[in-house]
Amino acid sequence: MSEKPLLNVEDLNLYFRSSKGIVQAVDGVDLQLDYNDATVILGESGCGKTSFAKAVLRLLPRNVESYCGSVELDGLNLMELNDEDFRLQARWVRMSLVPQAAMNALNPVMKVGDQVAEPLMLHQGMTKNQAMEQVEDMFKRVGVPVDFLDRYAFELSGGMRQRVIIAMALITTPKLVILDEPTSALDVLTQANIFNLLKRVKSEFDVSFILITHDIATSSELAKNVAVMYAGQIVEVGDAKRFFDEPLHPYSDKLMASVPRLRGNQELEFITGKPPSLINIDMGCRFAPRCPKRFDKCDQEPPVFEIGSRKVKCWLYEEK
Amino acid sequence: MADDVIEALEKKENQEPSESEWKETGNGPILSIGNLRVWFELKKWGFAHAGYVRAVDDVSFDLEAGGALAIVGESGSGKTSLMKTILGLYEPHEGKIVFEDRDISRFNKKELDWYRSKVGFIQQDPYGALPPFMTVKTILEEPMKINDVKDPKEREERVLKVMEEVRLSPPQEYLEKFPHMLSGGQQQRVVIGRAMIMEPDLIVADEPVSMLDASVRVEILKLLESLQKSHNLAVIYITHDLSTVRYFSDRIFVMYAGELVEKAEVEQILHNALHPYTKALLKGTSEPDARNADIIKEIPPGEPPSLVNPPSGCRFHPRCPKKIDGLCEIKVPPEFEPAESGHLTACWLYDNDVDKT
Ligand SMILES: Nc1ncnc2c1ncn2[C@@H]1O[C@H](COP(=O)(O)OP(=O)(O)OP(=O)(O)O)[C@@H](O)[C@H]1O
Ligand SMILES: Nc1ncnc2c1ncn2[C@@H]1O[C@H](COP(=O)(O)OP(=O)(O)OP(=O)(O)O)[C@@H](O)[C@H]1O
Ligand code: SF4
Ligand SMILES: [Mg+2]
Ligand SMILES: [Mg+2]
Repeated sequence: MSEKPLLNVEDLNLYFRSSKGIVQAVDGVDLQLDYNDATVILGESGCGKTSFAKAVLRLLPRNVESYCGSVELDGLNLMELNDEDFRLQARWVRMSLVPQAAMNALNPVMKVGDQVAEPLMLHQGMTKNQAMEQVEDMFKRVGVPVDFLDRYAFELSGGMRQRVIIAMALITTPKLVILDEPTSALDVLTQANIFNLLKRVKSEFDVSFILITHDIATSSELAKNVAVMYAGQIVEVGDAKRFFDEPLHPYSDKLMASVPRLRGNQELEFITGKPPSLINIDMGCRFAPRCPKRFDKCDQEPPVFEIGSRKVKCWLYEEK
Repeated sequence: MADDVIEALEKKENQEPSESEWKETGNGPILSIGNLRVWFELKKWGFAHAGYVRAVDDVSFDLEAGGALAIVGESGSGKTSLMKTILGLYEPHEGKIVFEDRDISRFNKKELDWYRSKVGFIQQDPYGALPPFMTVKTILEEPMKINDVKDPKEREERVLKVMEEVRLSPPQEYLEKFPHMLSGGQQQRVVIGRAMIMEPDLIVADEPVSMLDASVRVEILKLLESLQKSHNLAVIYITHDLSTVRYFSDRIFVMYAGELVEKAEVEQILHNALHPYTKALLKGTSEPDARNADIIKEIPPGEPPSLVNPPSGCRFHPRCPKKIDGLCEIKVPPEFEPAESGHLTACWLYDNDVDKT
């Protein structure tokens, strides 16, 4: 394994303009990911998860106010690439995305086999025949019957469509695949089957996953590491086992206490107060208005403290 | 008929104590469903009969007054169709729905209005549930207007009371707001308030929390639970998420492809599930545990069947790891009661006369 991580994100910012002011959707995010590893990014709706994915993949809308920071992927400094080089060397080639609600975004008038072949023809200059051969092989590996190559999206069930999308993300053999809520619209058994597939893919291909989700329980199906996002910032990162056993940040703690479980008898808890706006953000810790452990210090923005290999952005963990 | 209803209503008004007595002793079910089938006709060229979608097939159950029942099943298993039929929004193809001892198929328009005021409905998809151009106040008043609560002062009092109950307080802060100005959780409180305003005896909640964030989900489930207890409401809670059920319900019905495959107490399902589909659901439901990442789960392959041509025999047989050849694909399994009493399952594995080798 290489010394350097596969992905090294430092101080990444993505702000949008809106009629109400500037939306600080991604604000000073740091994240590292190793080769053949998996990190989940957990957080509630609107905290900036999809925006983070867009910032890494440079899939930007028109109303960007600012976009800066450093992103290194597989030895490549992405922020220094121009758009053309980014397309040639990064997107689809080294990393791909399974977008949120992607299974409803397949082209309705194009056969799914052709859609999966497209990145190969566009980014690797293959002929149609060469590409289709690879698609066929990929369909087998992700469990889509080969005769589905000639079908249209509407002829496929939700689970099959999601497998097609995963095939598309893997077809260029990228080192990193970002999955944005890949199973949230699927049934329990279909979801479990998709996670089985992702686990197999991870052991068979040399690929790393970033899984973005608000579903904490199912996130554990893939997570080696967990990052928790709150109001545009990452407030805790660390090893999944330790996170699920004992989250550090008060927000993570509350989030875990709100997860319904099949067995056991703990009370469910919820977080009082409003989720924060990402416009005109107050000074200090962003969770402070809802935090049960808040104290004087919390009026200033906490730095990131390191607890062994874990990191947490909360004053409670300041070295005394 | 209309006179009946007025009489019934008056009776209720005048006999408050005896009504609650009746509820406490649990004397008879509030709702009784018998052999219900909900089939949707498929048409070719807009008119020619081309078969049916058998969304609900031969479903029977009773619900006691004040009881909490959960119906769990995957997308397309027929949960919403079952509920909408119970609410009188769809005509059943066959079968009976009896509410407080009265067959709803014989209701006239007026009686149906009364019935719908006694059964509050929290529909799937909170974001589509509220009319966008109405204020919270108008939304909450609407059911009272339909049900002839004529005095504006009384209406206002009831709106304020219900808003406190669903914890939209102080009410003044929300009364004049439009749905888009509210968070998802607040919108769902308005939906619940609207379902509660006619003081129903039964609430049907169709996936009331599936669109919400984890923390808000808990908040709303707790609210429903406290309303259920404080008003002695019967509740039917529909969900695809087995893990939320036990915080809320006494009994669970598991639905697969239009049929109820297992009926049991919550604890019985969690600790001694019988039907192979229920077992698969339990296995497929994740707990937050880092060890999950290291195991490949054994999950039945495939997806739920089309309800136009559902599989013969047991509808789960094409996916079932325990299928008995020569039987399961031929004969529809009846309900067996192999373990504790009241724990029923429609699966041939529990027929003592069957050779399972
Ligand atoms: N193009 C845009 N212009 C302005 N604001 C935006 C834009 N895209 C996202 N936002 C805002 O940025 C914030 C973060 O949005 P984002 O989609 O990243 O959240 P998310 O965590 O992915 O949420 P969800 O779980 O609902 O998908 C939200 O407040 C959103 O409204
Ligand atoms: N009005 C209708 N006309 C024809 N078919 C219908 C109608 N409503 C529902 N169906 C079909 O009946 C079946 C059951 O649908 P239903 O909405 O009851 O399922 P559900 O269990 O509520 O699913 P979900 O979890 O997705 O809400 C589906 O195959 C659906 O397509
Ligand atoms: S910094 Fe303070 S307010 Fe923020 S989470 Fe930590 S303890 Fe709570
Ligand atoms: Mg998102
Ligand atoms: Mg439904």
